[in-house]
Amino acid sequence: MADVSSATRGDLRLTRITKTYGDFTAVNDLSLTIPEGSFFALLGPSGCGKTTTLRMIAGLEEPTVGSIHLGSTDITTKRPYQRPINTVFQNYALFPHLTIFENIAFGLRRRGIKDVDADVNKVLELVELPHLAQRKPTQLSGGQQQRIALARAIVNRPALLLLDEPLGALDLKLRRQMQIELKWIQREVGLTFVHVTHDQEEAMTMADTIAVMNEGEIEQMGSPADLYDNPETAFVANFLGQSNLIKGRIEGSDGDNLVVDLFGQKIAMPKKRSHAVDNSIYAGIRPEKFRISLVGTPTRGNILTGGRIEDVSYIGVSTQYQVLMPWGQELMVFEQNDDGVAPFDKGDEVVISWEPNFTFALRGDEDAEAGTEVIPEDLDEE
Amino acid sequence: MTLSKVKMPYLLLLPGFLFLFTFFILPIVNLAQTSTQTPIAGGDTGQYEQTLRFANYLNAFTENKEQFARSFIFALCATILALAIAYPLAYAIAFKAGRLKNFLLVLVVAPFFVSFLLRTVAWKQILGEEGFVVPGLRTLGIISESTTLTSTSFAVIMGMTYNFLPFMTLPLYASLERIDPRTMEASGDLYANGLTTFRKVTLPLSMPGVVAGTLLTFIPAAGDYVNAAILGSPNTKMIGNVIESRYFKIVDYPTAAALSFTLMAAILILVTVYIRKAGTEELV
Repeated sequence: MADVSSATRGDLRLTRITKTYGDFTAVNDLSLTIPEGSFFALLGPSGCGKTTTLRMIAGLEEPTVGSIHLGSTDITTKRPYQRPINTVFQNYALFPHLTIFENIAFGLRRRGIKDVDADVNKVLELVELPHLAQRKPTQLSGGQQQRIALARAIVNRPALLLLDEPLGALDLKLRRQMQIELKWIQREVGLTFVHVTHDQEEAMTMADTIAVMNEGEIEQMGSPADLYDNPETAFVANFLGQSNLIKGRIEGSDGDNLVVDLFGQKIAMPKKRSHAVDNSIYAGIRPEKFRISLVGTPTRGNILTGGRIEDVSYIGVSTQYQVLMPWGQELMVFEQNDDGVAPFDKGDEVVISWEPNFTFALRGDEDAEAGTEVIPEDLDEE
Repeated sequence: MTLSKVKMPYLLLLPGFLFLFTFFILPIVNLAQTSTQTPIAGGDTGQYEQTLRFANYLNAFTENKEQFARSFIFALCATILALAIAYPLAYAIAFKAGRLKNFLLVLVVAPFFVSFLLRTVAWKQILGEEGFVVPGLRTLGIISESTTLTSTSFAVIMGMTYNFLPFMTLPLYASLERIDPRTMEASGDLYANGLTTFRKVTLPLSMPGVVAGTLLTFIPAAGDYVNAAILGSPNTKMIGNVIESRYFKIVDYPTAAALSFTLMAAILILVTVYIRKAGTEELV
């Protein structure tokens, strides 16, 4: 396959990018480095600026301020067709008047490559659809069109492959299957993938590194496990999975741990997981990290007493409880149904406990609801 | 399925069928009969009898070859001009107009608020000695002092281009507007510059509009006689003018009918060949 020159390969660097539309700031002073060969996800709700960022990388929009480098080349003002970057569009944007073969060959032909058969057939094999070469796009199912859109982009061996909500139009089952396939294809072809999505599960399944975006800025960047276990902001804690955020105060320290007061009850948590700036914090615990036990049974780790079960939802693999605490807050608890113990009932008086290591702390002046009311289903953002 | 459900489609077709049968099929059968008639020996002007004289067709055609040729050349020129004007216009309305889109579409059809005849007469003024076009062109030295624009082929073609422009613009707009702009972005993303994107993506995808627009312009333009009558001269007569005068001035019904059928047949053949070439059935 035809490779672009090595000068335009390497890490992608966005430096202090701002994009405004009139009064509206879509992307605000964003800096980002995407290492060559990685699977990178931009994750965020509708209107967070992730698609705008992607379009600036593709060259479909120009940043108001800032620069974009690919390796050592400044590509900020290059036209889309001058960049060694290809995109898998949200609704695939296949050419309806061309056959599947010609759709895939389009980029190769534009670069003056005469003999395209071998490359096109190879990539059709990769997406397992060689028998559809002579069909038109409208004769294909959504999942097949998705693969062809991918094939049409990767056949060009771009320095960077951009995926704009590529699985958004597929049903849930197909989406899960394609997530695994995409990850496999990325390893197989060894290209840098930049994936834009609002689906946190999708981002976590596929990406090596996730940048969580909110209101035009990056909230936090890291591996999926980092972001989940040690979120730095309430938005990340709530947008990636669910979190219980309990208002509290740092009372002192004990070795590597902080001692925290939560409405009169003392708990311990690791210092390195605190992102607080003063004594006022939100202590965060993921719902599945909690254990529930009836009053009087032995417990270990951090303990919060005085809970009463308000609501029970049995969902097979686990049971979800809403536990009302003495200070009026309902905590969410997920218990695996793996111990043969009958679920607790509504109204049971319970104690909640968890391992101190699973606690994280956010600044006390945050909005504890940030990232919870987001409805991440709107596909046509921005 | 109940009987009424079986009958339903036919009931819906009935009004249209009755209308077309009465006002299209019967007259056209009548016209076909007229085309092979000959004058009654010793009869008055306008009295004809059926003699199945198919030589009427040959005579009508050979006597008016020049006007036939002119009709198709004028119609072709007007179609090409209208396409050249309407394509960028429709493109701009479909992709660049933003909130002005509906307003501009109203402007495209606005000429229909004024009668076809009045608009054509207005062109006589525009291109006349008192208009601004002729003095303007003379000042710029593009035409000589003695050149006039009225009563010329130029005037007839301009009139037809103007009158049929909306019929070109609207189908073009409709097919351009249906194109997903992302396909154009995808083309740019796949190393095609603006011109290549137009040639390889936009134009092929707008072909249904091009075919519809050119047909809606060419067919009526080829049969038109109003523009030639108002803006032309005896030297720019089109076949429509001949048919009109055979009917209403010379009262030569058989020749007029034969010319009408010849024109229909010629257009039908041209259109069939054109659609085959343009390959619209290949398009989505």
